[in-house]
Parts: sequence; C-alpha cells; structure tokens
Amino acid sequence: MIKSIADISKIRESKRADMMIRVDKDAEPTKEGGRMHIMVCGGTGCTSSSSMKIIENLEELIRINKMQDDVKVVKTGCFGLCAEGPIVMIYPDHIMYTTVQPEDVSEIFESHVQKGEIVKRLLAGDKTAEEITNALDNVEFFSRQMRVALRNCGAINPEEIDEYIARDGYLALEKVITEMEPEDVIDTIKASQLRGRGGAGFPTGTKWSFAAAQQVAQKYVCCNADEGDPGAFMDRSVLEGDPHSLIEAMAIAGYAIGANQGYVYVRAEYPIAVERLSIAIEQAKAYGLIGKDIFGKGFDFDLEIRLGAGAFVCGEETALMTSVEGKRGEPRPRPPFPAVKGLFGQPTILNNVETYANVPVIILKGADWFANIGTEKSKGTKVFAVGGKINNTGLVEIPMGTTLREIVYDIGGGIPNGKQFKAAQTGGPSGGCIPASELDTPIDYESLIALGSMMGSGGLIVMDEDTCMVDLARFFLEFTVDESCGKCPPCRIGTKRMLEIVTRITEGKGTMEDLDKLEVLAKNIKASALCGLGQTAPNPVLSTMKYFRDEYIAHVVDKKCPAGVCKSMVKYIIDTDTCKRCSICKKGCPTQCISGDKNTPFSIDQDKCVKCGLCMEKCPFKAILKNA
Amino acid sequence: MNKVHITIDGIKLYVPENYTILEAAKEVNITIPTLCFLKDVNEVGCCRMCVVEVKGARALQAACVHPVSEGMEVFTHTPKVMEARKVNLELILSNHNSMCQTCTRSWMDCELQSLANKLSVDNVRFEGEQKKQPLDIGVSIVRDPNKCILCRRCVSACKNIQTVGVIDCVNRGFETKIAAPFNLSLADTPCVNCGQCINYCPVGALHEKSDIDKVWEAIYDPDKHVVVQTAPAVRVALGEDFEMPIGTPVTGKMVTALRMLGFDKVFDTDTGADLTIMEEGAELIDRIRGGGTLPLITSCSPGWIKFCEHNFPDMLDHLSSCKSPHQMFGAVLKTYYAQKEGIDPDKIFVVSVMPCTAKKFEAARPEMNVDGRADVDVVLTTRELGKMIYDVGIDFPDLGDSDFDDPFGNASGAGVIFGTTGGVMEAALRTVADILNDSSADNFEYEEVRGLEGIKIATIEIADLKVRAAVAHGLGNARKLMDAIRSGEEFHFVEIMACPGGCINGGGQPLQLSDVRNWIDVREERAKGLYKEDRATYIRKSHNNPAVKKLYKEFLGMAGGKKSHDLLHTHYHERPNYEE
Amino acid sequence: MTDKCTGCAESQEKAKELQKIIAKYKDTRGALIPVLHEAQEVYGYLPLEVQREIANQLDIPLAEVYGVVSFYTQFSINPKGKYRINVCMGTACYVKGANEILDKFRTRLSVDVGECTDDQKFSLDACRCIGACGLAPVVTINDEVYGKLVPDDVDDILDKYEEL
Repeated sequence: MIKSIADISKIRESKRADMMIRVDKDAEPTKEGGRMHIMVCGGTGCTSSSSMKIIENLEELIRINKMQDDVKVVKTGCFGLCAEGPIVMIYPDHIMYTTVQPEDVSEIFESHVQKGEIVKRLLAGDKTAEEITNALDNVEFFSRQMRVALRNCGAINPEEIDEYIARDGYLALEKVITEMEPEDVIDTIKASQLRGRGGAGFPTGTKWSFAAAQQVAQKYVCCNADEGDPGAFMDRSVLEGDPHSLIEAMAIAGYAIGANQGYVYVRAEYPIAVERLSIAIEQAKAYGLIGKDIFGKGFDFDLEIRLGAGAFVCGEETALMTSVEGKRGEPRPRPPFPAVKGLFGQPTILNNVETYANVPVIILKGADWFANIGTEKSKGTKVFAVGGKINNTGLVEIPMGTTLREIVYDIGGGIPNGKQFKAAQTGGPSGGCIPASELDTPIDYESLIALGSMMGSGGLIVMDEDTCMVDLARFFLEFTVDESCGKCPPCRIGTKRMLEIVTRITEGKGTMEDLDKLEVLAKNIKASALCGLGQTAPNPVLSTMKYFRDEYIAHVVDKKCPAGVCKSMVKYIIDTDTCKRCSICKKGCPTQCISGDKNTPFSIDQDKCVKCGLCMEKCPFKAILKNA
Repeated sequence: MNKVHITIDGIKLYVPENYTILEAAKEVNITIPTLCFLKDVNEVGCCRMCVVEVKGARALQAACVHPVSEGMEVFTHTPKVMEARKVNLELILSNHNSMCQTCTRSWMDCELQSLANKLSVDNVRFEGEQKKQPLDIGVSIVRDPNKCILCRRCVSACKNIQTVGVIDCVNRGFETKIAAPFNLSLADTPCVNCGQCINYCPVGALHEKSDIDKVWEAIYDPDKHVVVQTAPAVRVALGEDFEMPIGTPVTGKMVTALRMLGFDKVFDTDTGADLTIMEEGAELIDRIRGGGTLPLITSCSPGWIKFCEHNFPDMLDHLSSCKSPHQMFGAVLKTYYAQKEGIDPDKIFVVSVMPCTAKKFEAARPEMNVDGRADVDVVLTTRELGKMIYDVGIDFPDLGDSDFDDPFGNASGAGVIFGTTGGVMEAALRTVADILNDSSADNFEYEEVRGLEGIKIATIEIADLKVRAAVAHGLGNARKLMDAIRSGEEFHFVEIMACPGGCINGGGQPLQLSDVRNWIDVREERAKGLYKEDRATYIRKSHNNPAVKKLYKEFLGMAGGKKSHDLLHTHYHERPNYEE
Repeated sequence: MTDKCTGCAESQEKAKELQKIIAKYKDTRGALIPVLHEAQEVYGYLPLEVQREIANQLDIPLAEVYGVVSFYTQFSINPKGKYRINVCMGTACYVKGANEILDKFRTRLSVDVGECTDDQKFSLDACRCIGACGLAPVVTINDEVYGKLVPDDVDDILDKYEEL
C-alpha cells in the first residue's frame, strides 16, 4: 500500500534503475533487473501466432542454463507491427526480431543471448544492416512514428505496475492531486486542444468542463473501450499494452470533474485486454492508487469494468450508458447531454481509451508541448490501425497532419503484389473512402470530414484495384443494418432499403433510378436519424458514389463489375486454345457444371456455375479466365 | 418557472423553460406531427416524425423531447424537415401491412393514415422486404405484429405505467419487434388483459378480440332471450365513437340504441354495482368487527385480480370475495330474474357491455358460473358496441332517450361512480356510514377519494371508527400500494382499479388519439360526466336502490348470507409467472 | 426444464452457480448484463428457465431480460457447439476474403451461420472485428485464434477438431 509520495517515488527510482538497460545501452545492470531483457509481444495478434510458446521456450532455456538472474523475459503489449508478428525485442542491444517462430527460439538463445551474435535472418527491417544502434531506427515502420498514446506499448510488462510507475506512471495523478485544483486540470486539457479520439473529435476539455459545472454529488467517468469499428484495434492495444495509463487518466478525469466512480466499457471479444485491465485495476487498488483517499489527499476514485455484449451501437455515448445501466443499448435523444444527465441520470463524461491515454502525458509535459504537435485544429498524434491491402498491417501513431501517402507508402510499405492503390477507408461504417487523388491530403479531423469521411476511431483499410467499391458499400451497409438498434425508422428501415438497393446493383439488377433513391435515402438518414451512428450510416455509400460513381454506373448500365468481385456479373470461361483437356477443373467443380472430354472442348454451363473460382485456381495451364 | 425567449418560424415567444419545442409550437398554433409521442406515457423521440430544424444543430431534432433554451431558433417546415418526415413515413409504410380496408382502425381513426394524409404521401418510393409474422389471438387481446410500427407506446404502457411488462422490444435493427419473451403468446404470460396497450396503439396492431358475431347470432336466435347490461363507464364514452364531445353522458340514447339492435332487455350494471356495495359493505363490516383480514381490497377490476394472482399470491385473502358487478348481475339474471319472469335460464343469453378487455377473460373464468351456467355469455367492449350501432346505420347522436328495463330499472348514483377511480370507495363509504351510524347522512360526497392522484389515502370517521382508506388506480400505483401494505402499512379498505383513472379509461373504451391525449386528460373529462350523472340521480346510495332491496327481500335474504355466497361470491388462486 | 436431467447433479450444480452469480451482483447497479454474461458461461446459453430466474431475482420483467438478450449478439438462447467457430467479418478480414473462408466452413459442416451441427460438435458464427486485423482473415475456435487463412486451411483445422 502506497501511503505517501515518498513510497511511490522509491518504487519508481528502484524500478527505473532495473529498466535502464532498455533505454541506455551502457547502463549499469542492477541485481534485480538483470543484464538482458527479452521483450516478447503478448498482444492479441502475436499471441494468436504462438508468442506464448516463445516465452515458454525462452524461459525453459534460461532455466536450464541457470541464467534467471541475468536474463529476463518480459511479456509486453502490442508493438504495432502485427503483420510481422510475433515480435521479439532484445535489450540492451536494441535488436528486434520479427516473425519469430517457437522453433527459432533456440537459435536466438544460443547465438544472441549466449554469444551476443545477432540472428540476421530474423532481423526486423534491413537484414543486412551492419551496426544497429536502435532497432526501431532500422525499420521505417517505426522510425516515422511518434508514440504518445502508445508510449508504453511494447516497452513494459503491462501486468507489472512497477514497470508503469518506473516510466513516470501515476506521476501525473500525483501532480494533479497534490498540486492542482480541478479547474486547473480542465484548463490544461482545454489548452492542449485534445479532441476525442473515438468519433466526432469533440474537445475533451470542454466536455469535462460541462460535467464539472454540474453541482451534484454523484458524477461518473466512463471509458468507451467498446471498439466496434471493424479494422480498428488501437484501444485494444492500449488496454493490452498499457492499461495503467487508462486507469491513471480516468482518475485524473474523476478529480477534474468531481466524480469518484468510473466505468470502463470493454468489448467482451477482447479477453486478453479485459484480463490485463482487471489485473491492472487490482494492482492499482492494492497500491492505493485508486480507491479511498488517494495519496492521503482526500480524493476517492473507484473503477469497475463492464463487458459489452456485442452491439456496435454501444459505441455511441448514450447507448453505451444505457447498456451499462443493464438495458438494450439504444441511444437516447440529446439534449440532455450526458455531461448533464448521463449514466443513471447523473452527469457523466465519456472518452475513449486513446483519448485517455494522452491525458497523463499532457499533464506531465504540459499543454503547450501537446498543442505544438499536429495541425491548426487537430493537435497531438493519432493512432491508426492500418489494414487491408497493405504490406505492413498494424498500428501506427503519427502526428496529425501526416499525409495518407506517408502512411500507406512510407510506413505501410505500399501495396502488396505490385497492385495499384485504389482508396483508403477511414472511420469504419461511419466513414468513407479516400481516393488516390487525395493521397497527399494531410490527415486531420477537418480534412477527413471535407473528404466525406471521418476520423472515427482510426481504422484505415487500404483497398487495391481488386476491391469493388459498390461491394464495399454493400459490406458496410450490411454491417449497419445488422448493427442498427432498430429504434428509429430512418436507420431501422432506411439502411435496410439502401442495402436492398445496393445489393440489387451488385447483382446486376440495379437501375439509374435506384441511384437517385439511394441519394434521397442517404440524405434523409443523415438528417433525421436519432443518433450519430445512424446519421453517419450512409457515409460509405455517399463517399463511394462521390468518388467512384463510374463503378456504380458500370454495374447499373453495363452490368459489369470492373473489379471482378460481384459474383453474379462474373463469368468464368475456358480458353479452348490454352486448354489441354486435362479434366482437373471438371473434377474439382462442386456443381459439376464443366463439360468436355479428350475429344470435345471443355466449357462451363453458366446457369449452373456458382462462381466459386475453384476451376481457375486449379487449372495448371491458366486456361480459365475470369471475365468481368 | 423561469422563462426563455425562442423563435419558431420567425415568431418570437416567451415560454417556460421546461417546455419542449412541441409544446412551445402549440402556443403559436402550430401542431407539429407526432407518432410515437404520448405525453407522460412515451417520450422517447424515436419515430422522427416531429423533426424540426434547430439553428446550430447538425441534424434534425425531435420536437417532442427537445427542450427549449434561451435564444433557440426553430424552423418547423423547411424543405429538409418536410422531406425527412415524408421519407420516414414512407419507410414506415414500406414495412407496414397496409390492408387498410380490413383493418380495425379503418372505422376508428388510424394515426398512421392521418399522418400519411397530413404529409401528402402519395407514393411509397422505397419498397422492400416486409416482415411477416403470425398474429397472437387471445381471449381479450389480439396482436398483429404486421401492423406494428414500433412506436413503443404499448411497451411503455405495459412496463412503466402498469408494471406488468409482458411485452418489450425484441431483437434489433430491421428484425426488431414488440413481443412477449421467447415469442410466447400473451395468454402464456402474466398479461392481465387490461388493454392499456390497445388504448395507446396508434394503428391496428392491437385490438380486442371481437365477439360481435356471437352477439348477433344470439339476437337472431328465436330461442334466446338476449339480455344486455351496460357498465357505468360506457355511458360517458360511447358518444365519442360518434364524434360527441369527450365525457358526454349518453345513457338514454344508449338504451334506445340497444333496443334498436334487438336486445330483449336492457339493464344497468349499476344495479350489479349496488349489489356489490351491499355484499362488499357487509364483508367489510364483518371483517372489521370480526377481526378478519384487513385491509379488504376491492375485486371489481379483473385486470387487477389477475395482477394480484400473479404478483401478490400471498395476499389473495385480502381480496373481497365479491364477484365483479356484471358477474353478480349475470348470476342474478340467470336465477332470480329467470324465476321471476318464468324464463328457462338456459335460454337466457347475457351480454355485458364493458369499458374493459379484461372482462372478456373474467367472464371466461371457470369459477364464474352458477350451476354450470356462465354468469355472462359474452362481453363486448364499448368500442364493439359502438361498431354494432355504426354497422346497422343508427344515427346515434340523434336518438331520443329511453329508460332501463324493469324489474331493475335505474340504479343509484353510487353505482354510476363505480366507473371512475375512487368511485367504489365512495359508494361503499356512503352505505357503510349509514349502516354503522344507523342513520341517513346528508353529506356523502367524499372528495378526498376523488381525482387523479395515483394513490389517495384518507381517514374517514364513521361512528366510533376511523376508517383508513386507500385508493390506487393503474397497476403501477397498485403495486406500490400493495408493497406498502405488505410491509405493514395499515388500512381498513382499499380500492384498486387496473386502469389509470379507473374504468372510464379502460382498455375497451373508444380510442382517443394522441393528438387529443397529448393536450387533454381524457380521464378527467369522462369522470366529470359520471359525477354529473351521479348528481342527477334521485337515489344516490346503493342500499336505497329499491330493486336491490326487493332482490334481498324476495330472493337473497341478507347481504353476505348463504345464497349470496353461492351466487355472488368467488375465489382466487395463485397464477404462475411463465409456466414452471 | 429443457435441461434433460433436471434432478442430476450437474444441473443442480449449475443452479447453485447461478444463485452465486446473482448474489454477487444483487446490489450492483445495472447488474443484468454482467449476470447474463456469467450465467451464459455456466450454461453455455440462456434458456427460459435461466432468464426467468434472473428476472425474478433482479426484479426485472422477463420480457425486458429477453429483450436485452435478443439485442446483444454475444447472448444466445440456443445451445452452442462444443467448438464455437467464429469467422471474423471485420473490414480487414472481409477485403482479404473472409467470405470465402466462411463459405468453406458452411459447406464443409453443412450448417448456416448461427447454426450448430447435428452432433452438437461445431457451431458457426460470423463475428465482428476481433481486432486481429494484422492476421486477416481470422477465425477463432473457442479461445484459439487462426490467422492469415486461405480456404484450403479450413479442412486441416476442422480435421484437427474432428479427431479430438
């Protein structure tokens, strides 16, 4: 139990010395800390590719060789480079290994750990690099990033509160409680110009000030960790890699607005995140960093986890609160705004994980420091989950105002298989597509809105020439229809009608009138749906219609899917000139729609064909063609 | 109340700060169309019909729930607003069974249809999949999910007001529907058949199970002696089916119409009410004097009875063993009346016209019979009677007045006020006071038990007794009162009515649409009609009703006696909540 | 009871568990969803009798409980298979061919999404983004995650479970 500032300072100093080898190559190893730290990524991605087995194997070898005091294995949160996982990072050498398999462990151990020789074939980035001073500099993916929200992800063991404390953890809370008045905290956040990282980008400090102004005893601080945008997983990474930063920030928020109860609403689909957050809360409680009378200054703050249950709409603030109350997660009209009347009818603030993760840093480094990063109206950094048709899928944190081109080509390593970039989708089901012509737009809240998309929580899905934009619009509509809460007709029926129309178009049955209807519906849903999610549901259609109208026209007028995705418009044909009549396609066809034998030319019965593409895949002579 | 300055369509006004935009607009004679909104019942802003533009807001706002604020500028009919309302209505229509000609609401107004008219919807542009679901047909209530527009008024009424909560929103998105858990039929739930859901349904998704055909069949059966009795609350509401002002008493016209329809005899359930007071009064005095279970709780409201059987099975012995007035009267008709008139009781067909859907269920309870003959053969709601009158082309408002038939004639004013909350209590007090004081009081209007307060509590001094009385109406209030009794609060006599306001606002009454209910308290108007009738009656105490006196003298003997018990009393039993 | 062995020890054990869960949350505000989560852990799904018990004890109408259960995709009123297959349909997985993976499971198991095989061994669901986008397309079977899949992998994966 930490009773005083001195207690926590002692822990911080001693642990910092133990961890110094991660920062300074020449640091003197401590007895407790050992001389080498092997960091192994324990994020969801790497865990799925056996990183736990890697840890097991490493620990086994260390034990056999009696090196426990010398070499420490540290299970960390996500490094971000998920495509190349599992990731292993070795300090003090600053060597990062990627796509490490459990069977590679003995080699790493024997050559690197025991002899100090780098295993070059597993080296991240430039495998030929002669001398590496900092592994991250050797990988463009990392070198262009600026990690604020993700500052501790990959750098500490998230299940070890002392490691967080050693990296100035809970120092901001200490500063706030001992040196600042609640209004000073709010002023600092306001001055930093931090905006919500989860959706529309509302100024965080202003939101806090509304709740602070309410003169009632019971207020709540909530965290939206119900990361529902498909393709976004930065919140999960913070929860898995740095849960204490969230706890600390929520306690700071509680102090600022006068709340002593917090709720973290986490997706149940994130078991590892939930577990690490639970451990972190327990540890913080045990240390007295949350709970009663924190730092002996009379401020109480308690924190509870609430699991989501699979409803995207619960990312909407009023729906989330309704869900925490134990009801169907349906949004309610605003006003009253949650800052006035939120959870259980009390003043409540809600921010998402990434927003909170910025707070302790702002407190420690100052509002000016933060406000100096980014663009005029969008300050600080933003984490993007880059995925889809891109080489380096993963998490990247960049200053606001970085261009899409830098993200896709410099950090993301470009498009695989030499294909062309077609568009990037941001903002999930509420967002839109950014076409190639806008690759050089600096990304911030305003520029994305101007492009007909939005920041959302930061999912960034890259599409190449093989993606059909009409089909993509259909995919998002299907999502919206599935996830609509059903409360208001524009969303409940309107998105369904839009989906029916777009589906018709992808099946080659659309008309030009359908395009007009889509626009009428989209406009109306935007104007009159009850909640923000409903109002933004038409965005994927509107933005694809804006930038890729020719694709819609191709589907409607020419009955063609230029990307060859929409199955009913795809035709597989056999090029009889190339065909060697080997019969392999015929044997593999699940609907027996291929006829022909040694003497008769092979052909596909188009009525029976289900367009599975198996024949094309199996044909050894590339004689089967896909005709869009 | 602080006031704020706002502008609506350029008109400046100064309104209380707790007003919604809808209320403020009404002040300047603009009625913003609504669909899901029902004042005090359903204020959720979900249907998006009442959307308006508020300067500075990104999207359109729901006028029904959006509070006014200083400096607010509102626009109620911009092209964006008009188009949004229209498209949203078209969307609702695209998923609605629009077989309007065969809908129960083609006679009564349908709020959806009026809206379509109001918004000039001349075409549904966005057709697509329609959900097809089976109907749920119960003894009292029919649910047609294919007509449901998901306004949630029924859910609010059932869950929040009645605290019955047997229907709720199920699934989500396009699959959302209003249903009982596990898609059970209402009959398999603790539904009490109060029909409040019907009262608030804007469309034909909820209505009573019609028994009109059975009545016509009996009327045209030459072997049947068809007797009809009408409950007190019917007479102040039936006129509304013929566009007469709310709460207009139409007793005489109603009797005329019933004769014209072909009923052999037309009686007044108020006689049954007077009889109930005699029996219940005796029971009360008996329990007070004999140290029986107190408080005694009224049993006139079948919705309340079923509610009690489901939710307070441990307190069933508090309930008066009296059958409800029309059941008592039915039993009398098939015994005393049959004997007196020399009619084979098997040939007597008793029709009760009730403001109530739960009465249909009550009449079908196996206990409600004498010697295997059902007390009441068919229960019609006020609406169904209105429909019969309408169907045969009777110009109801123009009818002359007639009197109820002998041998029961007109009943007491005490019987009349049974139809409103506090009425049974007041009627009982009028009689019990006279009996205990052994005199005839001149002041017998008990104001303290009148009015629309959810729970009314009063102490009334009668002789040497301080009678602690409580009156609750609406099952949410009933639940609160019962919880208080369970935890030890002491009363002598308690009146409970299932429906808010009592029978005048029963689930079988003529429908008043939201554009009326949002601005006028229908219950208040109808209650006024009943108190007016009471004051106009010559006899105003049940024990002074000559027909009732005669009935005891000639047939029953004494109130609470053996014969009464056989004919006029019943028993209750615990009902499981969702079959074990 | 739909549970075939009402009197058997296992069912009594579960009922006891349920009581413990309810007791734990009884005084928590907004207890319903946490209770449903844990009850489903115990029973595997949320049949009428479980929901009824929860409704009674938390004093919430059963219709509301059912309304909540039917709102959230994590809750099920049908038993799930011994191996619960979830094919991620997040954007990243979708653009990398999750549909084909799902189709492959469908044909191989002859069940549709949301259904369970006759032998109760596998149930198939399409789920929302699980945030393992770096491994797209992704499938989870119980707590195991399988990433970077191609349709041909499906047979190998299922074979492994068939043998278990």
